[in-house]
Amino acid sequence: MGDQCGMTMTEHTLDAKEISSISGITMSPSRQYGQTTLHSSLSLHKSYSGFSPFCSEHSVTQCISYINQEACSLGLGTVCIDLCLGGEGLKAVPVLNLLYELLQINRRHQKAAEELETQQMKNSSDMEHLQHSHSRLKDQLEHTRRENSGLHEGERQLQLKIKTLQRCLKSEKEEVQKLQSIISSRASQYNHDAKRKERECAKLKERLNQLLVEKRDKKLAIEVSNPVGRSDGKRGLWKTGKMEARHEGEMYKALLNDYEARQRALMVENTELKKVLQQMKRDMVSILSPKKPQARGEASDDSLEQVCSDGEEEMCEASRECVEQSCEQAREKLTNSIRQQWRRLKCHMERLDSQASLVSAPDREGEGEELISRQVHEEEVLRMRLELQQCRDFIQTQQQLWQQLSSPCDDETAALLSGCYTLEEKERLKEEWRLFQEQKRNFEKERKSFTEAAIRLGHEKKAFEDDRATWLKNQFLTMTPFVDRKRPATLESHSTASSGAEAKMISTPVPPAKSVSYSAFTTPKTGSACVPSTVDLYRTLRLIPESSLRSQGRRGSRQDFSSLSRDLTKPRLHNGTADCSLLSLLKDVESPT
Amino acid sequence: MNFSELFKQTNQLCRLSPDGKYLATCVQYRLVVRDVNTLQILHLYTCLDQVLHMEWSSDSLFILCAMYKRGLVQVWSLEQPDWHCKIDEGSIGLVSSRWSPDGRHVLNTTEFHLRVTVWSLCNKSVSYIKYPKACQKGMDFSADGRYMALAERRECKDYISVFVCDDWHLLRHFETETQDLAGVEWSPNGCVLAVWDTCLEYKVLLYSLDGRLLSTYSAYEWSLGIKTIAWSPSSQFLAISSYDEKVRILNHITWKKIAEFEHPANISSTKAVVYREVEKCPVVVSEDLSSSQITVSSSLFNTQSKYEICQLPVQVAVLKPDPDRANPKVGVSLLAFSANSRYLATKNGCFQVLSLLWHCSGDSLILLGKEQLCLCYMETEEQK
Repeated sequence: MGDQCGMTMTEHTLDAKEISSISGITMSPSRQYGQTTLHSSLSLHKSYSGFSPFCSEHSVTQCISYINQEACSLGLGTVCIDLCLGGEGLKAVPVLNLLYELLQINRRHQKAAEELETQQMKNSSDMEHLQHSHSRLKDQLEHTRRENSGLHEGERQLQLKIKTLQRCLKSEKEEVQKLQSIISSRASQYNHDAKRKERECAKLKERLNQLLVEKRDKKLAIEVSNPVGRSDGKRGLWKTGKMEARHEGEMYKALLNDYEARQRALMVENTELKKVLQQMKRDMVSILSPKKPQARGEASDDSLEQVCSDGEEEMCEASRECVEQSCEQAREKLTNSIRQQWRRLKCHMERLDSQASLVSAPDREGEGEELISRQVHEEEVLRMRLELQQCRDFIQTQQQLWQQLSSPCDDETAALLSGCYTLEEKERLKEEWRLFQEQKRNFEKERKSFTEAAIRLGHEKKAFEDDRATWLKNQFLTMTPFVDRKRPATLESHSTASSGAEAKMISTPVPPAKSVSYSAFTTPKTGSACVPSTVDLYRTLRLIPESSLRSQGRRGSRQDFSSLSRDLTKPRLHNGTADCSLLSLLKDVESPT
Repeated sequence: MNFSELFKQTNQLCRLSPDGKYLATCVQYRLVVRDVNTLQILHLYTCLDQVLHMEWSSDSLFILCAMYKRGLVQVWSLEQPDWHCKIDEGSIGLVSSRWSPDGRHVLNTTEFHLRVTVWSLCNKSVSYIKYPKACQKGMDFSADGRYMALAERRECKDYISVFVCDDWHLLRHFETETQDLAGVEWSPNGCVLAVWDTCLEYKVLLYSLDGRLLSTYSAYEWSLGIKTIAWSPSSQFLAISSYDEKVRILNHITWKKIAEFEHPANISSTKAVVYREVEKCPVVVSEDLSSSQITVSSSLFNTQSKYEICQLPVQVAVLKPDPDRANPKVGVSLLAFSANSRYLATKNGCFQVLSLLWHCSGDSLILLGKEQLCLCYMETEEQK
């Protein structure tokens, strides 16, 4: 027994050999049952793969303590395994108790497991059942829903039917009413007619009675004082068969005339309509054919080409058609061709419309390049119209002006017109002429004054020459060193005269009177005062050549007349300069003009 | 407008001669003939009884005076005042009397429409035409006066006889497909005869001169039908007016309807011009290019009135006639084409317009009411 107890016992790690060895344990009569339970439980554990044995000979006490622990944890703390005295084997009683307890536990657990299994099976079957029923109910629900909708549909249709039937009923009622009213009106009409007829009948009867009663019968007769001639003046004719035939003939003639007139009118109308159709066809062909270069897409090109070619064909046909106007086929051909062209035109218009609508859509820009948008087109048209109007107006005004220019109404106006263009210039010319005349007069006056001055100068020159001669004479005669005291005085008198003349020469527009007075303010004194006597002497002695003096004089005449006052040859110089200046003056005067 | 002095007359017998030179009036049993320009009495004739019907002959040489009560017709001559002619119908009675187009024959319709007697003034001969129909318009002469169409009824069937007015020779006699023929009318060109049925059946039949049926037209069934018809002067159009307040126009080539004109109570068409007489009693006149509705209200004191143009839409006052009475006063009752076939004047409803007459130039229209008259001038284009 001890050996047998020393056998390894483990619930967990048992393989087949050990199971069979454990099964060799002799136990209480419940052994078999235990065996079977063990078998069953062990068979359950057969699925475990080979584990290492739990207890070995060396690890008995650990195993025992471990088992005791496990037992305590399972609630079997009362049963504890112990080693036998001597430590060679286990105490059988606690081990068996433990075993028994464990078996009980196992049985309980098994039962529970079985119960759970059955429960689970039940549940699963329930679940299946429920699922089935669920799906069945779902189907049913679907089915009923469909039925419901079907019924609704049916109901709706029936409602519609009801409505239509009601409408029909209403209309039928209305019609019935109408018919009733018609019937009533007809009935009243019939009644009225019947009454009228009856009244007439009654009158007839009365008349008949009256006539039957009355014996005398008023004969109907005509009294004419003398027969009247026929309205057309002809004699009356007897009624013969020939007359009848003639009447028939006349009647038919009248009818025929009417038919002929009608036919003529219809023919005329027909030709007119045919002409219109031809025109329409030609127009349609012309409208469709020039669009060829603008065609877009292959399909449209093809169709247009076809159109053009067909159009040409039909034009040839048209000329032939004109010849056979009354022919039935020609008429049909014409109408067919018109219909064809019209269809093509319609297609083309539709295409254009779709293209225009595409163009108006903003995102399709590429296709809009060839066709201008409608707005732009309209603006362009408006602008061109304005331009055209402006040009026209301009042209009109130009024409008017040109007409006025080229063909004047009469001589006076022509003269006026021709005169008015140069009026401004004429005015200006007049103004300028006036100015010129004025200036000329002024210059004349000045020239006159100058000539007078020149004459006076000549006189004065002569006087001066005489004076000079006398003075020279005196000089020669009275050559003294005190001569310079007298000279300024005589020089002064001379210089005044000469400078007066000089001043006249130099100051051009200044009148001579002024120059005389002006010369009075000149400073020949000062000039002469500072003039050295040597120069005078030289001059008097004619040692200085005249040219230098002349040049001096000229310079002086142009710039400073004070230097000229010293010059004895002044008169001559003066004359020359006077002449030159006069000439220059005159030149100056003439140059502006 | 200038008015002459008042002259007496009885029975509205006042007729101008066809050549427009004379005016004949009847006062009781006297016939007075005046000159139109001077209104001086030229002739005075005395008849045997009160004159109920007076008619000029087409050449203005004779005047016919019919005395229905006595069954007498007397014919007077203008050229020879002492020429006399008396036609006595005897016991058979007289219902209506008229001239033939040539002015030499008198057609008397006897009482109860038993027969039409044709009396010739040239040779005193008599012709009888049996069974003429008593209807709205049973006898019509063609425009050129060569043919006469007469509606007859025998054994509950309608017939038409076409006579040559020259010698009253029966040219054609044919049956018509009508229920109860109401009237016949020649087209102005004399080649087509329009025949219309009673108002209980809308039907127009078109026969050619030689009696062939050219076409039939029926707009609808059962409701009351045609009131009257009118040919356009060019014979191109036939206007049919009916009780449904519409006028339908047929064309002479296909005899199919080419136009239909309505007369709605609420005028809202933009092409219509509505003239309203501004006065105590408002009068509404509306005209558009091709049709007109006229209403003239009766007013005793109607001195001055003006016409103003109304703003559309205009509601025309409509009196609903008694539908239970026979021949109700609904529908278009008067039709008149202008001379150039340009305008059509119509009268719809129960308005008191008795006649619509166009001037021969086609530019103006005269509306005659019971106590009023109105002249309408159409806008004409400027003459270039």
